[in-house]
Amino acid sequence: MKIERDPTGGVRLNFDEGELLLLRELLGELEALLEEPDDPALRRLFPPAHDDRESEKQYRSLVRDQLLGGRAEALAVVRGTLGRETLSPKEADAWLRALNDLRLVLGTRLDVTEDTDFDALDPRDPRSRDLAVYAYLSWLQEELVEALGVSSGS
Amino acid sequence: MSTIVAPAEVEIRQPEPEEGVEYDRPWVVIVWNDPINLMSYVTLIFQKLFGYSLAKATQLMLQVHHDGKAVVSSGNREKSEHDVARLHAYGLWATMQRD
Repeated sequence: MKIERDPTGGVRLNFDEGELLLLRELLGELEALLEEPDDPALRRLFPPAHDDRESEKQYRSLVRDQLLGGRAEALAVVRGTLGRETLSPKEADAWLRALNDLRLVLGTRLDVTEDTDFDALDPRDPRSRDLAVYAYLSWLQEELVEALGVSSGS
Repeated sequence: MSTIVAPAEVEIRQPEPEEGVEYDRPWVVIVWNDPINLMSYVTLIFQKLFGYSLAKATQLMLQVHHDGKAVVSSGNREKSEHDVARLHAYGLWATMQRD
């Protein structure tokens, strides 16, 4: 995998088949999960805005559908551009959000902390496969942020 | 994202003096530390959403990281709710409260 800045403000990328397969699988899982918006695994995608219950209820009723729709849209953009060699700035933004959502859901499920040591994964740990996937997504996102950060200048 | 109107503020009535003070108090938007969002990502999002310089966005990100939270914007209720919703769209853990 390689992600580089594109002179137009977007990015160039290059994935191998195994990566595309994995990303497609992960997108499918999150797409299915968004159909069940009460699933506790999604709680980190929709944090509360207010302490006060009444204000929070009001906030949810105003933005929940918009946030849900935006997330589904970003996943659809990633699915539609998987395998492409360039992304426009807008498409790259959808990738940023979708990759982060994947990490948030997986990281919440795995109970990732700041002390989780990804260099010391134990293959006997039943979580090791998912932890490796999480580490891969983190690396991918870091590359994308770096490519976009350079192009945004300040 | 469309504009968010908070119905509670649309109501027009004669405020008591102390209520007037309360009404004018601005809201602050707080971003909390979490173990998942990458430091570089948080910095980029602060730049993207608020137009902050790299230096200011980095300083706010470090404050979130070291102190557990940072105030990233302030304003009236409507603007703050809009900012929180944009941060939530990018997966940041944001809340709002009166200053």
